[in-house]
Amino acid sequence: MNTGLDLEYSFNEILKGFGLSSEVAHIIWLPLPMLLVLVAAVVGVLVTVWLERKISAAAQQRIGPEYAGALGVLQPIADGLKLLVKEDIIPAKADSILFTAGPILVLVPVILSWLIVPFGQNLLISNVGIGIFLWIALSSIQPIGLLMSGYASNNKYSLLGGLRAAAQSISYEIPLALSVLAIVLMTNSLSTVDIVNQQSGAGILSWNIWRQPVGFIIFWICALAECERLPFDLPEAEEELVAGYQTEYAGMKFALFYLGSYINLILSALLVSILYLGGWGFPIPVEMIAKIFNLPINSPLIQVFTASIGIIMTVLKAYLLVFIAILLRWTTPRVRIDQLLDLGWKFLLPISLANLLLTAGLKLAFPQFFGG
Amino acid sequence: MSLAVTTQIICFSVLSLIIIVGALGVILLESIVYSAFLLGGVFMSVAGLYLLLNASFVAAAQVLVYVGAVNVLIIFAIMLVNKKEDLKPIDNLKSRTIISTSICLTLLSLLIRVDLSNIWGIADPNMTVGEESTIRIGEHLFSDYLLPFEVASVLLLMAMIGAIVLARRDVMNKDISTGLPVDQELIEKTREPLLIKKN
Repeated sequence: MNTGLDLEYSFNEILKGFGLSSEVAHIIWLPLPMLLVLVAAVVGVLVTVWLERKISAAAQQRIGPEYAGALGVLQPIADGLKLLVKEDIIPAKADSILFTAGPILVLVPVILSWLIVPFGQNLLISNVGIGIFLWIALSSIQPIGLLMSGYASNNKYSLLGGLRAAAQSISYEIPLALSVLAIVLMTNSLSTVDIVNQQSGAGILSWNIWRQPVGFIIFWICALAECERLPFDLPEAEEELVAGYQTEYAGMKFALFYLGSYINLILSALLVSILYLGGWGFPIPVEMIAKIFNLPINSPLIQVFTASIGIIMTVLKAYLLVFIAILLRWTTPRVRIDQLLDLGWKFLLPISLANLLLTAGLKLAFPQFFGG
Repeated sequence: MSLAVTTQIICFSVLSLIIIVGALGVILLESIVYSAFLLGGVFMSVAGLYLLLNASFVAAAQVLVYVGAVNVLIIFAIMLVNKKEDLKPIDNLKSRTIISTSICLTLLSLLIRVDLSNIWGIADPNMTVGEESTIRIGEHLFSDYLLPFEVASVLLLMAMIGAIVLARRDVMNKDISTGLPVDQELIEKTREPLLIKKN
């Protein structure tokens, strides 16, 4: 098995060369990947906001942001600065403790979930054994934050928005978890690294999307619903609920919601690409290319090269999905709440159960194709 | 003392403190909404304790089931029926308090007895499973613990059927004892039809 680039090991070796103990080297190492991933997530949000503005403009035959930087690339930073310097308002009759805690509870689980997003064999914060299950568990905390901010705002629109958000996320979590379960069944592991490695055999042909087409569609619909993107943005439906649970929020607290929803969108896109589109895998396996050109796969230069290809592929696949999500947002109408719940419980849930059963049957029948 | 042990001790004390203070808050606070949110915090800290014990799967399941499902539903129910009503003073409150206190103390003594009589340390440190615990839990659930597992699912099915019967008004439209039709008005304010009034 090719271990690929192991930055942690190399970093610790360098520090040990300076005469530090391995424990101290580990402590110095620990915050680095966390900070790096946090920065990557925030930069990802800025890029997504710019894309959203530009693509929505194109969908509506406008130009979109133009003056802030070339093609308006600095517009998201201007947006962020505006939110940063705005006055922080807490309504007089609101519950100030819960009002403040709500946005934090929404954002923290989303950021924690980045723990398991791999950009390469060793390019992730921690390859925890429960992997993808950690994300499912963490994403179930979010509705508490939404309910909290909806309640604390002391506003009926906020409360309704919070209740809708919670109902929606509970309903769509079940088909989501079931479609992930089908993947886990094929991989025999919950770890995201193992899930990608299981798809790396024959490049694009061995990606899970061919073996789990139904699961892919269910997962994508549920992920959009969990992110509260249109056509499932009922919790913040402008025409009905002003802005749902965010109605009373301003300044940085509103920015936390905003940031949280975009980080969640990117995270979902990344996870779709990891679960179904081969993660960091190049459509043609890198090992095969190296063999054709007779390159040593373990030489440092080639390792850096393959690792960067891995990162580029992961981000590229994720942003392709983000593009589809943005296009969906600006071209589809919103579903009604009863249609939303009907779709979740009466359509997606039975189909994902059948998909799970079918996967288990196929795994028993064809263990070489569906993971023995 | 190594760094890992120190971190573990600090985490354990912080988590225990949150659990104890939070649990006291759940029962002592006046506002039921605060109690419900604090309960979520207590559940999270219990998950943290499981993490400290290297049981990451159990910790994630704790978060998913207790925080993500149970606590969200509790908060949901509170917010849907957040009626402000003055509660009547309960008769012979003192004797009730004494009885419930004695029951709680009995349970506490039972727990202390279990704590003292059980040998908690693992005899062989090589026996710990760590990350592999997910597989072990699965094996046990589908072999020697299969019956309890299936019985639990029957319990959940019963709860679900009960909830559906309660929610569907056309099923329970007669009073069981008298046989008379039951008032099936929704519990909400009667609305004035504005448009009809204008005409």
